[in-house]
Amino acid sequence: MKIHIPTPLRQFAAKQATVTVPASTVGEALDALTSTHPELKKHLYSEDGRLRAFVNVYLNDEDIRYLSDKENTAVKDGDSLSIIPSIAGGKEDKTWQL
Amino acid sequence: MATLTEVPAVALPSLSNDEIARYSRHLILPEVGMEGQQKLKAARVLCVGTGGLGSPLAYYLAAAGVGTLGLVDFDVVDSSNLQRQIIHSTKDIGRLKLDSAEEKLTALNPHMKIVKFNTMLLSSNALEIFKDFDIVADGTDNFPTRYLVNDACVLSGKPNVYGSIFRFEGQASIFATEEGPCYRCLYPEPPPPGLVPSCAEGGVLGILPGLVGVIQATEVIKLILGQGDPLIGRLLLVDSLGMRFRELKLRKNPDCPVCGTHPTVTKLIDYEQFCGIQPAPAADAPLVNGIRQIGVTEFKQQRDAGKDFFLLDVREPHEFKIAEIGGYLIPLGDLQKRVGELDKNREIVVQCKSGGRSQKGAEFLQQAGFKVKNLAGGINAWSEQIDPRVPKY
Repeated sequence: MKIHIPTPLRQFAAKQATVTVPASTVGEALDALTSTHPELKKHLYSEDGRLRAFVNVYLNDEDIRYLSDKENTAVKDGDSLSIIPSIAGGKEDKTWQL
Repeated sequence: MATLTEVPAVALPSLSNDEIARYSRHLILPEVGMEGQQKLKAARVLCVGTGGLGSPLAYYLAAAGVGTLGLVDFDVVDSSNLQRQIIHSTKDIGRLKLDSAEEKLTALNPHMKIVKFNTMLLSSNALEIFKDFDIVADGTDNFPTRYLVNDACVLSGKPNVYGSIFRFEGQASIFATEEGPCYRCLYPEPPPPGLVPSCAEGGVLGILPGLVGVIQATEVIKLILGQGDPLIGRLLLVDSLGMRFRELKLRKNPDCPVCGTHPTVTKLIDYEQFCGIQPAPAADAPLVNGIRQIGVTEFKQQRDAGKDFFLLDVREPHEFKIAEIGGYLIPLGDLQKRVGELDKNREIVVQCKSGGRSQKGAEFLQQAGFKVKNLAGGINAWSEQIDPRVPKY
C-alpha cells in the first residue's frame, strides 16, 4: 500500500513523497515504513512507542485512532495511509529558531 | 447547518445606494441577496495576523463587505514579507503591518470599520480582544498563538477559521464550533521546538498563503451567510506542488482537554511553556541544551585571529547557492551518514540560516563525540552584523 509522507518528514524518507510497502494491516505498514527509514521512527513515535500527539495517521480519510481495530485494521492494496503532522508557518518566527 | 450571526432581520443594517452598486454581483446571487449582504455588513470578524494568510483573508473580507474587521499584529513590514504578504507594498517596509493593512483595506472599501490591536495576542488579552467579534480567523504562524487562538475560541464560543502552511502544503478547517472539533481534538499537543523547521527555515511558496487564506475567507463568508457546507469536521489539505486538494475527517474528541465533556483547560494558560519554548538564553550564558553558542562578532574575531576551527554549514545546497560564508556543506538530514567526513580533533562551528538547524546538528555531533559550537543567529546574523554583502534571505 501507499504511504503519503508530508513535506517536513520527507528528509527522513529519502526525500520521497510516497513510499509503497507490503502490508496487511495499518500497523504492519507503519512498521515496514520505519524499518526502511529508521530516522522516521523518532518523529512518528514517542519513546514509549506511542504515536506522537502532533502526528496523525489516516487510513484513506479516516483517523486511525477512530477505527475500531486501530492499528490492527486490515488494509487492501488500493488503500493509502497519510501522515499528517501539525504545521505552522507564514512568516518568520524567531521563537522557533533558538 | 451551522449559522452564526443569528441576528433578527430587523436588526440588520441597511445598505446605501453606493453599497448596493458596489455589492451588486453579490446581491444578484440568491444565496447572498440583500439579506446576506446585510449580514456581511453586520458581521464582525477578527483576523489574527496580517501576514501571509492574513493578507488575502483581510483583503477579500473587506472587498466582500464585512462591516467590522479587527486586525491583531505587532510586527513591522520586512522586505522578505513581500513575496507573499500582498497587503503590504515596498513603500511600507519598516511600517507597522497594522497601519499598512489599514491603508490598503480602507482604500479598497471605505464602508467598513477597522479595529486595530497593536499587540501580540496573549493569554492576558485574547478574551478581551475576542469579545467584540463573531468569528476569529487564525492567520498565525506559530504553535503557541495557534493553541491560544483555539482555546480562546472554545472558551468564548466563537468559531475559529483555521489555516496553516508549510513550504508547498497547507491545511484549512473550522474549529471550535459547538458541534465540531477543535484544534486540540486534532493535535492535543504541539511538536517540541526544533523538531519541525519553521517557515523561515523551511521556506514557503509565495502563492500558498494566498490559496489557503482565500479558503479561510470563503469559509468566514459562508459562516456569516449560513450558506453551503462549512469546513467543520473536515481538514482540507492543499498540495500546491501536486495541485491536489484532499480532505480528511475530523472528529470531536470527547476526551479533548478544552472542548471535551470533562475539560481540564478552563482558562487560558501559558502557551509558550505549553509549547516547550524556553526563554531566550542570556548573551553572557551562551549555552543552549548543552551546546556552547558563539555570536557572529566573536566568531569573526576568532576567525580573523587565525584560530583553527572547521565551519560546518548544515543548510540545503539550494540555500548555499543563495549565500555562504566559507562553510563546508553537509545538509542536516545527511549529517548522520556523512559524519565520517568530519575531524574529531578540530573544533567545529556549526552554521545554518538562523541558528535553529545548526543547533540540532551541533547536538548530534556533540553526542557523537565532536567538539562543537553553534553559530547563534546563523548566516543571517552574519549578514546583519558583520558583512551586508552576504545576502540575508
